[in-house]
Amino acid sequence: MRVNERDSYTGHATTGHEWNDIKELNTRVPKPVWLFLVATFLFAVIYWVLMPAWPLGRTYSKGLLGADVHRDVAASLRDAAAQRSAWTTRLEREDFAAIQADKELMKYVRATGHALFGSDCAVCHGKNATGGPGFPDLVDNAWLWGGAPEAVFETIRVGVNSDHPDSRSSQMPAWGRDQMLDREAILNVVAYVRSLSHPEIASGPDAQKVVAGQKVFATNCSACHGEDAKGSKDTGAPDLTDSFWLYGGDEESIYRTVWDGRQGHMPTWEKRLTETDRKILTLYVLDLKQGAP
Amino acid sequence: MFQTHYKLERYTIGLMLAIIVVASIGGTVEIAPLFTIDETVEKAPDMRVYTPLELAGRNIYIREGCYACHSQMIRTLRDEVERYGPYSLAVESQYDHPMLWGSKRTGPDLARVGGKYSDEWHSMHLNNPRDVVPESVMPAYRFLKQTELRMDDLPEHLAALKELGVPYTDEMIKNAASDAYGQATPDSTQAQGVKARYGGATDIRAFDADPGVVTEMDALVAYLQILGRLTDAAYRPDQETEATQ
Repeated sequence: MRVNERDSYTGHATTGHEWNDIKELNTRVPKPVWLFLVATFLFAVIYWVLMPAWPLGRTYSKGLLGADVHRDVAASLRDAAAQRSAWTTRLEREDFAAIQADKELMKYVRATGHALFGSDCAVCHGKNATGGPGFPDLVDNAWLWGGAPEAVFETIRVGVNSDHPDSRSSQMPAWGRDQMLDREAILNVVAYVRSLSHPEIASGPDAQKVVAGQKVFATNCSACHGEDAKGSKDTGAPDLTDSFWLYGGDEESIYRTVWDGRQGHMPTWEKRLTETDRKILTLYVLDLKQGAP
Repeated sequence: MFQTHYKLERYTIGLMLAIIVVASIGGTVEIAPLFTIDETVEKAPDMRVYTPLELAGRNIYIREGCYACHSQMIRTLRDEVERYGPYSLAVESQYDHPMLWGSKRTGPDLARVGGKYSDEWHSMHLNNPRDVVPESVMPAYRFLKQTELRMDDLPEHLAALKELGVPYTDEMIKNAASDAYGQATPDSTQAQGVKARYGGATDIRAFDADPGVVTEMDALVAYLQILGRLTDAAYRPDQETEATQ
C-alpha cells in the first residue's frame, strides 16, 4: 500500500487502497457540501440563541424569542375566539327566538353545530340525529324533557342520570326482576300499553289482557306516566300513546323494558363545552328537526 | 483534526468506540437533561392512582392493541384542543407503565374520553361498533362481555407498579382483587373499601349493566371512563404560569 501516490491521469492523490489494480481517488469534499455544512452549523448557532435549547441543570436556556408551545396554543385559541366573536357575542346576547329568526346567524349555527354535533353527539344520537335503541331520536316530535329551546339547552347542560348535581333524573324500575309485578301482570300491562297506540288490540283476542292491564297500569305506572299515559316532562317519563319508542314498541321490547327497567344516561356537557357551544347545539338540533319530515 | 479518521479507521475497536461516543451525543443532550429539568413533569398533587379494576382494563386495552389505532395524547395544536379538550400534560401519564400515547389515529384520540359517553354506549360500542356508529371500521370485541375478569393476579400487578414508583399502599395491594370486584358491584360489601382507598370521586358502577359477574367489559369500560380524569391539572387555568415557575 503506497500512501500519497498520485494518479498520473487526473493528478489527484489516491487513497492508497488497491483492488485488482483499481485505485480509488482521494478527491476533495465538493464545495456545495462544505457550504451546506457551514450553513446548517450557522443556523444551529442562531437557533440556540433564539429558541429554548440548552439544558442548564434544573432549567434550560429559554431563547431570546421566548417561544413556548403552551403559550402559543393558548394564543391561537384566543385568536380563533376573537375571529368568531363577531357572531358569537350576538349568540350569547340574543335569545333563542331572535337567533332562529336571523338567517345570517343561523348559517353560522348550522356550520359550527354540524362540527360540534359530529364530534360530541353523533356517536349516540346518530350522524343524522335519528337516534337508535336507547338513544333518543332528536328529529321526531317526541321530547322526554321538553322540546323548547330552554329545555333542550338544560338537558345538554346537566345531562340525564349523569354525575352533575342538577342532573335530570329518571328511572324506570325493574318491575319483574325486582319482583314487584309477576309475569302475568306484566304481560297484561304490556298489552294495555300497546293498545294505547294500536287501538285494534283492545278489541282483539287480547281484549281481556288489556282490561286487566289497565288496572295494573293505574296502580303502578300512572304515578310517572300519568293516568292518561301521556307521560311527564318533569320526570322524563315517555308518552306511551304516541308512535315513538325509545327502546322499541313491539311486545318483546316493551316486556323487557317493564321486566328489567330502564335507566338511560346522557353525560353532562357543562364542563366539556362552553355555554355558547351548548347554545349552538341546541339551535342546531332544533333546526334539524324543522328540516325533517 | 480532519485527518483523524485516516488513523482511526485502521483500528476496528477504536472506530467502534468512536462511533458509539458520537452516536450517543444526540441522546445525551436531548434526553438526559429532561430528568433534571423541573418543568418536564408538572405537579399534580391531587392525582390518584388507577384502581385495580381500571388497571385490569388498561391491561386489556394493551392486550387487544387498542393503542395501535387510538392515541392518548392531545397535542398542543388549536384544532386538537378545540376537538378533544385541554392538551395532555406529562404528569397525566406519570402512573402509566408503559405510557400509551400512541402515534397513529385510525380512531379518535382517547386521552379525555372519560365521562364523554355513557357506560351503555361503551358497552354497546365495544360489543359491535356498527350498532351505534354505522360507518365505524373498528373491530367488534364481543367476547369481552362473555369473559369473566381474572382478578386473582391483580395484587401482583399493583406490586409490580409500586416497584416502578406508583404510590400503591400495602393495603391497596392486599385488597386489589376484592376492590376490583367491589368497584363493579355497587351493592356488595367489597364496594365500601374502594372509595376509602381511592377517593370519593371513584366511579362505583356495574359498568357493563350486569352487576352479577365482573367481566372484561366492566374493566375496560371502567378504564375508558377514567381516561383524562385522574387529575384536574390540565383544566387549571394557572397551569401556564405554574409550568414556567
